[in-house]
Amino acid sequence: MLLSLPALHLQTSEYHPLLQLSHGRLGPWCSPTSSPAPLSREPGCGEGSWILVCRLLVPTQVSLLSMEEDIDTRKINNSFLRDHSYATEADIISTVEFNHTGELLATGDKGGRVVIFQREQESKNQVHRRGEYNVYSTFQSHEPEFDYLKSLEIEEKINKIRWLPQQNAAYFLLSTNDKTVKLWKVSERDKRPEGYNLKDEEGRLRDPATITTLRVPVLRPMDLMVEATPRRVFANAHTYHINSISVNSDYETYMSADDLRINLWNFEITNQSFNIVDIKPANMEELTEVITAAEFHPHHCNTFVYSSSKGTIRLCDMRASALCDRHTKFFEEPEDPSNRSFFSEIISSISDVKFSHSGRYIMTRDYLTVKVWDLNMENRPIETYQVHDYLRSKLCSLYENDCIFDKFECVWNGSDSVIMTGSYNNFFRMFDRNTKRDVTLEASRENSKPRAILKPRKVCVGGKRRKDEISVDSLDFSKKILHTAWHPSENIIAVAATNNLYIFQDKVN
Amino acid sequence: MLSKGLKRKREEEEEQQEEEALAVDTWWLDSDHPAVAPAPQAVASSSLFDLSVLKLHHSLRQSEPDLRHLVLVVNTLRRIQASMVPTAVLPPVPSLPAAPGMADNLLASSDAALSASMASLLEDLSHIEGLSQAPQPLAEEGPQGRPVGGAPPSLGSLDLLDPATGCLLDDGLEGLFEDIDTSMYDSDLWAPASEGLKPGPEGGPGEEDASELKETELDYLMDVLVGTQTLERPPGPGR
Repeated sequence: MLLSLPALHLQTSEYHPLLQLSHGRLGPWCSPTSSPAPLSREPGCGEGSWILVCRLLVPTQVSLLSMEEDIDTRKINNSFLRDHSYATEADIISTVEFNHTGELLATGDKGGRVVIFQREQESKNQVHRRGEYNVYSTFQSHEPEFDYLKSLEIEEKINKIRWLPQQNAAYFLLSTNDKTVKLWKVSERDKRPEGYNLKDEEGRLRDPATITTLRVPVLRPMDLMVEATPRRVFANAHTYHINSISVNSDYETYMSADDLRINLWNFEITNQSFNIVDIKPANMEELTEVITAAEFHPHHCNTFVYSSSKGTIRLCDMRASALCDRHTKFFEEPEDPSNRSFFSEIISSISDVKFSHSGRYIMTRDYLTVKVWDLNMENRPIETYQVHDYLRSKLCSLYENDCIFDKFECVWNGSDSVIMTGSYNNFFRMFDRNTKRDVTLEASRENSKPRAILKPRKVCVGGKRRKDEISVDSLDFSKKILHTAWHPSENIIAVAATNNLYIFQDKVN
Repeated sequence: MLSKGLKRKREEEEEQQEEEALAVDTWWLDSDHPAVAPAPQAVASSSLFDLSVLKLHHSLRQSEPDLRHLVLVVNTLRRIQASMVPTAVLPPVPSLPAAPGMADNLLASSDAALSASMASLLEDLSHIEGLSQAPQPLAEEGPQGRPVGGAPPSLGSLDLLDPATGCLLDDGLEGLFEDIDTSMYDSDLWAPASEGLKPGPEGGPGEEDASELKETELDYLMDVLVGTQTLERPPGPGR
């Protein structure tokens, strides 16, 4: 069990210990080059050229505790962090999410921790540093729990994080594990009162006899301190595992979805939630389908969608009835008879569903494809993109090693013109909806020099393998990119690969 | 995939055997392989069937099965089964000759047993969650707290499955549930398949006895946990 972490005392100076791997001084992979690399638009790039901005390691417990130590020990510990063997399973990133302005980037990991990164402020002398993200706050969101009634351990892994839009100086986010959703408030303190009359600088009481003058205490700037406090805990509403949370556009409610039910919550009320979808059959024997993902419409607070393990999407309107068991729209593509196999259902299971920013489209991810649907057309998607079709002939092996059950997420860019999703071998793919071009990139230590342009990758299916191509059989299926995020307005993306968080930026940006 | 509450050694054993079993069968996966004759197709289906059954048991044996994984495996198993039944050909197994009629029975019973086991676990989940439901009748018990499929004991339906992967199937159906303390579960569902798998309690106590039953159940559970009672059939009303 991880220790609970105190509020971090961050320094804004250059000498931030350990956690800021993005500093040029500490990490070679981020040191700026002397002159910017020339722009290159390779054919078929899809979206220009991408460069690595920084690679951030989710800090291990060791590194955090050593924050108080002196510089020499810090240097030693710095090398600790770069060594992968110290990364534990608890550090595996399980969710990534930008906030609504893109200023903050939150990650959740298997150990129940949330780490928030903040974008480096732009400054004239250090233009190249803009776009880097540094650790802003870290806190333990969920702890492992034990359900005594069922004799089950409840994992502390953070399944999803969703930000609330900012309404005051503080930031709010929802984080959830399998059973419990929590609302966290992240706030800054950068001033402290100074100049007390009765207390001295250290806080010790002064002898009143020694006081000859009176002064008014003033607020003076102090080193930035970021605190995270749990404001609400929404528990005991889910029997099955929560797979999604979604904040409603009214900013007053949100929903949480598990395998069989979806509940609607009000942020202010933690002891009650409304059940709005229930697909549990009266006889569990008849269970053939589960809910896999759910999301509210970005603008219509009465509309939401949820996807199923059978490859269907249902759009529901909460105005129609209290229990939205009957959908308003039902999206399903008829099965392609030529592709039929024993695994047809498994590969059709939708692992993620996302509304476009415009609210006109939804995107779904199943095992081999990403599909874009028009809300007004239910019988088939308007666009289908093959993520890694070369796996179609390997489905049996992937079934055997359970990779076929991997749940990949998908994201839209800010203008809904490009979609991105992950694959194996630390590859991730981008599809430009307008130009119909696509690109495969890799998020890995070996191939990423700081600020160097990412080279597009290609998988060779059969026959002769060209020099830079990788054959299907050489793919590493243990290196999967399940979680990615795209900045809401700029071409900055975050890609999670086990315990590494890669941040890439479009060179054109 | 990570699972909780499993005996580590057994898991590793199974995985090794799973790999061994499939190493032989993977030749047919190669899309470049020349067109296969129907006979290997049946072999392929049955090895896929074995694999799916193995996955199902693996999933069921976890303390809290991943529902999505479970549902997808079961649906796939049903598909495979549906494609196998018309052919009525079982993989050549050294120990037992396969006859078409027997094959149907075995498949049917194994399906029933699987349905029973899956249903029981899912039922168990819903039982604990649905406090307003009438409690499962612990009074309704089969002759043993053990699953009895439609197949005769000497031919535990799952015995037939690939011997290479048979580590957990060696003792037939009973072997499946070694790890599960079925006496604590609703043993009504272990009744022979022909009785059907009834959704709710049959002739169980009325609603007014619900709270009493719950208390008895809880008492029993507490006693078991504390160790004052050995694992045996739970006390129920009317017994």
